[in-house]
Amino acid sequence: MKLSAQSKAFAVLLSAGLFAGCSSTGETQDDGAYGSDVAAIDQEGGSTVYGGDDQAGVSSSAMTEEERMAAQQQAEQQALRDITVFYFDFDTAEIKQEARDVLVAHAQFLANNPGQQVRLEGHADERGTKEYNLALGERRANAVQRFLIVNGASRGQMETISYGEEKPAVMGSSESDWAQNRRVELVFE
Amino acid sequence: MLLRKLVTVLTLALVAAGTARAELLIRITEGADAAVPIAVVPFAESGNIPPGDKLSTIVRSDLAMSGEFSPLPAEKMLSLPSKREDVFFRDWRLLGQRYVLVGELTRQGDRVSARYELFDVNTEERLLGETAAAPASNLRSLAHHVSDKVYEAITGVPGAFSTKLAYVTLDKFNDKPRYRLQVSDVDGKRARIRLESQEPILSPAWSPDGKKLAYVSFETGKPVIFVHELSSGKRTKAADFPGLNSAPAWSEDGRSLLMTLSKDGNAEIYRMDLATKKLTKITNHWAIDTEASWDHTGNGLFFTSDRSGGPQIYYKESERASPRRITFGSRYNARPRPDNSGNFVYYVHQRDRAFHIARTNLKTGEETILTRTESDESPSVSPNGRMLIYATKQGADSVLTVISADGGAAYSLPASEGDVREPAWGPLVR
Repeated sequence: MKLSAQSKAFAVLLSAGLFAGCSSTGETQDDGAYGSDVAAIDQEGGSTVYGGDDQAGVSSSAMTEEERMAAQQQAEQQALRDITVFYFDFDTAEIKQEARDVLVAHAQFLANNPGQQVRLEGHADERGTKEYNLALGERRANAVQRFLIVNGASRGQMETISYGEEKPAVMGSSESDWAQNRRVELVFE
Repeated sequence: MLLRKLVTVLTLALVAAGTARAELLIRITEGADAAVPIAVVPFAESGNIPPGDKLSTIVRSDLAMSGEFSPLPAEKMLSLPSKREDVFFRDWRLLGQRYVLVGELTRQGDRVSARYELFDVNTEERLLGETAAAPASNLRSLAHHVSDKVYEAITGVPGAFSTKLAYVTLDKFNDKPRYRLQVSDVDGKRARIRLESQEPILSPAWSPDGKKLAYVSFETGKPVIFVHELSSGKRTKAADFPGLNSAPAWSEDGRSLLMTLSKDGNAEIYRMDLATKKLTKITNHWAIDTEASWDHTGNGLFFTSDRSGGPQIYYKESERASPRRITFGSRYNARPRPDNSGNFVYYVHQRDRAFHIARTNLKTGEETILTRTESDESPSVSPNGRMLIYATKQGADSVLTVISADGGAAYSLPASEGDVREPAWGPLVR
């Protein structure tokens, strides 16, 4: 049960990584990686724009375009915030490049919703010692916390906890298992 | 005369007997090559001796477990003497034995008394002659006592067979994780569950008198250090600060605990006076400092720090001394456990992709990798410094493995279902 949810989160992060690459080159074309919500809005916006062929239609189309942009942005932010698990390299607490846009979206959401609380759960893979891994998981959770604070969240909204290597997302001892277990999970309450 | 190269391999299986109890069974899977041959003759019995494992069987299994002895199976014995007059030394020499242990059990009211003698087969000299008694319900303790005395008479080092092990097992119950802190005899028998939780339990540490365990439990949703009095089951929260409360280690006088706290931002080592709860900060560095353990003098301490970039072992001669780096052999060395002679420190050591247990000779600085297994954790040295227990993987399962402290003999204690981990070898209690 938990296994598949974690694997899914991992897969979602990978596709988000792809998207983050696209947006940084200035393209806004959606490639369907977000899932059905975003695709539906795009479709609607598209049909309005291309449907207008007179003066009145042009001005109405411009307004729709603004709305469309706002809706798309909100949907993008929402889609980014669907990603709540962030991965790390062995024995590091460095936030990866592809996680940054997603964490900024979370930080903005927290800034806009001061009553929202989030728990940052830090984890390590099974290699090395349990107590060192407990401290390493905490270091990872703290790194995410600092990033969120820098981007607008307030410290009072967050609580960190480390489980070290005690609660792996997936069982197993392959490189890919370990990669999925070195993580920080955001749990919104 | 002590043999350094030992190849005894014994296997202990954690067998779940019903749901409430689980025991570890010893199985010898490889013969001993250079271990000392000793004949432990079945003891004569007079009066009503409780059924169950025979005292001589337990003694044989203890001595075999040390890796230093190769006990003769009873069925190969030519005679079963119980006192000196009946010992024909020529027979035992013929069987290639170096030592022979004989004795008798006598029921006296509620107690069983053992009279026993140990002989050197070559010199025909008596090395040990003693009478010891225990409650009839506690024949196993009597047997471990005899093993300790025999071990000491031959090696000159106190035996550690009467000591206890603490460890944590993990399995599933009603589809939820079930962590159990257990205490057993050193041969895995008489296991008793001391704490059961759906949340992780780790780092059990024995008080020097063997009466209490300190450990980390997540039962409240976060890591908290508890001190647990074994006889009464009474528990107190020793440390419940924001952030980490972890890696407890007792001082020699049992009055304070070393611990890792992150209440001030990152993992630092503190000493807590248990009576007053007063904290003394021992490390102060942006790096992770954790896994502290006092040295044999009780003044210095070993710990893990990643201040050089990756985890390495450091030593402070006193609480205020500046730390000195001990390990340089690879990029990952952690969780130091010194022996009580001051000669060696044992730790987890990464070599290539594998994690082994290694030790460094503190006099020469020489590092030796002790294990051939590859996912090794949690080394704990026996109080007589002769054996080492650690956690490793056998397939997908976590098991405990005991080796002689120089890396020779090995036997393992796998769990039949789920994992067994976090071993802590209890102190010698007199």
